[in-house]
Amino acid sequence: MLRADNLTFVHGGAPKITPGVIAPNTTGNQSGSECQSGSDFQALPGVQGVSLSVARGSVVGLLGPNGSGKTTLLRLLAGMLEPASGTVSLDGRPIAEMDARARARRIAVVPQETHLAFDYTVLEIALMGRYPHLGVFELEGPRDVQLAREALAATGTSALERRLFATLSGGEKQRVVIASALAQQADILLLDEPTASLDVGYQFEIANLLGRLNKSRGLTIVVATHDLNFAAGLCHSLVLVSEGRVVNAGPTNDTLTSLNIQALYGVVADVYPHHAAGHLTVVPLRKVNRD
Amino acid sequence: MTDGGTLAGATVRRRLLVWVPIFGAVAFLAVIGAPLIGTTPIRLARVFDRSIPFADNVDAQIFFIARLPRALAGALVGSTLAAAGVVFQALLRNPLATPFTLGVSAGSALGAMLAITFRLHLSLWGVSAVTAASFVGSIGAVAIVYALARARHRGFSTNVLLLAGVTLNSFFSALILFVQYLADSSEAMRTMRWLMGDLDVAGFGPIVAALPLCAVAFVTFAWLPRALNLLSLDADAAASRGVNVLRVQRVAFFSASMATGAAVSLGGPIGFIGIIVPHLVRLIVGADHRVVLPASALFGAAFLVACDVLARTAMSPVEVPVGIITALIGGPFFLWLLVRQR
Repeated sequence: MLRADNLTFVHGGAPKITPGVIAPNTTGNQSGSECQSGSDFQALPGVQGVSLSVARGSVVGLLGPNGSGKTTLLRLLAGMLEPASGTVSLDGRPIAEMDARARARRIAVVPQETHLAFDYTVLEIALMGRYPHLGVFELEGPRDVQLAREALAATGTSALERRLFATLSGGEKQRVVIASALAQQADILLLDEPTASLDVGYQFEIANLLGRLNKSRGLTIVVATHDLNFAAGLCHSLVLVSEGRVVNAGPTNDTLTSLNIQALYGVVADVYPHHAAGHLTVVPLRKVNRD
Repeated sequence: MTDGGTLAGATVRRRLLVWVPIFGAVAFLAVIGAPLIGTTPIRLARVFDRSIPFADNVDAQIFFIARLPRALAGALVGSTLAAAGVVFQALLRNPLATPFTLGVSAGSALGAMLAITFRLHLSLWGVSAVTAASFVGSIGAVAIVYALARARHRGFSTNVLLLAGVTLNSFFSALILFVQYLADSSEAMRTMRWLMGDLDVAGFGPIVAALPLCAVAFVTFAWLPRALNLLSLDADAAASRGVNVLRVQRVAFFSASMATGAAVSLGGPIGFIGIIVPHLVRLIVGADHRVVLPASALFGAAFLVACDVLARTAMSPVEVPVGIITALIGGPFFLWLLVRQR
């Protein structure tokens, strides 16, 4: 379990992740941030005094407008940012106390886009996921190669193994980066807008892939996204973030409502269960002022 | 090019086992072969003929005393600049970075120029004042660039590093030109000659002086390649896979800078080695730094030794500065590489 308490930091504040479904009553905890969100930092966007909890093996979506603090929250959860106060903890242990490699064996991160400075092959990218499992001078053994190949197979990119990463399409790249995260063998996967630059076909593919990985491997997934229908189809629960605060959280069916969408994005939307899709569907209707 | 170099599918272990001996052999042959070439022809068989005493063996004397130090200096400078180039390119996530991008060579040149212009003729253990001053200059430049990168950023900004380095390069170049303008022409000429690069070390002294610094840097480099692979994805991706990004960046910056300073103080600011060798090697072995780094170090040695042979013989008896040879070969070759790719 990954959990964070009353974080504050240069840009803002705190997520809290515990096993169990996100409980609405754990949201909007502002007590931790008050002393820190003083004049120095309040102009900066970010996360402030946020608490939330995520069940082991669940898929949690982070929704919120641009600049609301989703990415910051993910970076805090991954231990890539250090909070000014408060803690993120994993199975009760603060992740700040964990060695970077030990942390990487538990938590993997998939960035929005990956640009390489040099021409690595797809297999090389997947093998980079093995970094936290190998010693400084240790070369990847047959088992590492096997794990990397399995990860490529799981993301449907085995055929691309020898291709240069730079020559792949956007969807292929994203799947290869996910494969690299799988090769890391972490049980928590954090994704930052994984479908942002993908067409609807690839978006569908990534959603299916993540759902499958969650079911078959029991991966805990936290995904920041702008795509409400993607979130509706994939996530068990949602965390709504606005101006650095968690404004609402809970099971997807209770949280993804017209009211919440209007409060979050200032958009009037129709939300109804789509029977063929098997999940809620959001149809944005018009832009209004936010509450 | 859709494959990542030759042996793209092979494991790193296999690629190391193939390429390191091959590039090692090339470097070895270059260092042994270079002293055989020159205005006075000598024969390898005679050089190593034990039946002739060394005092009477002119071939052996030419080989070991006159020409071998120069070949070894070329090998040391070439391998250091090539390896430092690889490290800087990964650190700055920019394939166009060179060991001189961050101002090391300009600081070095400023130091050397001051020593030449103010006629410091001290010499200690075979190390001239010019050599020492150029090393001090390079360390000064490194310190300034690092301080700037730290001041502007709470972490370690590679962008600030890059901008500071480029600016410092221009600023130091202006200082050099200014002092040259005021200096008398013979000293200006000596400075100019130093800037063109020269591997004609008088004996083994300067090599021995530079060797410990280069050796420390190379030992440090051995620790870096896997982290460099991840850093060249990007800093966040590296951090999320367990790389201590700040520490790796710092270690890479200081070790590569120190190595570059030592190499430049030994041979002058010889250009293009640090960019052309890594690129060529990547085409052959792929992008993985665990293979690229040792292969570049070995090939860099061979490349500079070969260029120096050309420098000695192309317009014999007149010697062409080796920096001009590397630029004349490197420039067009690099352009060809650019056009050829994609």
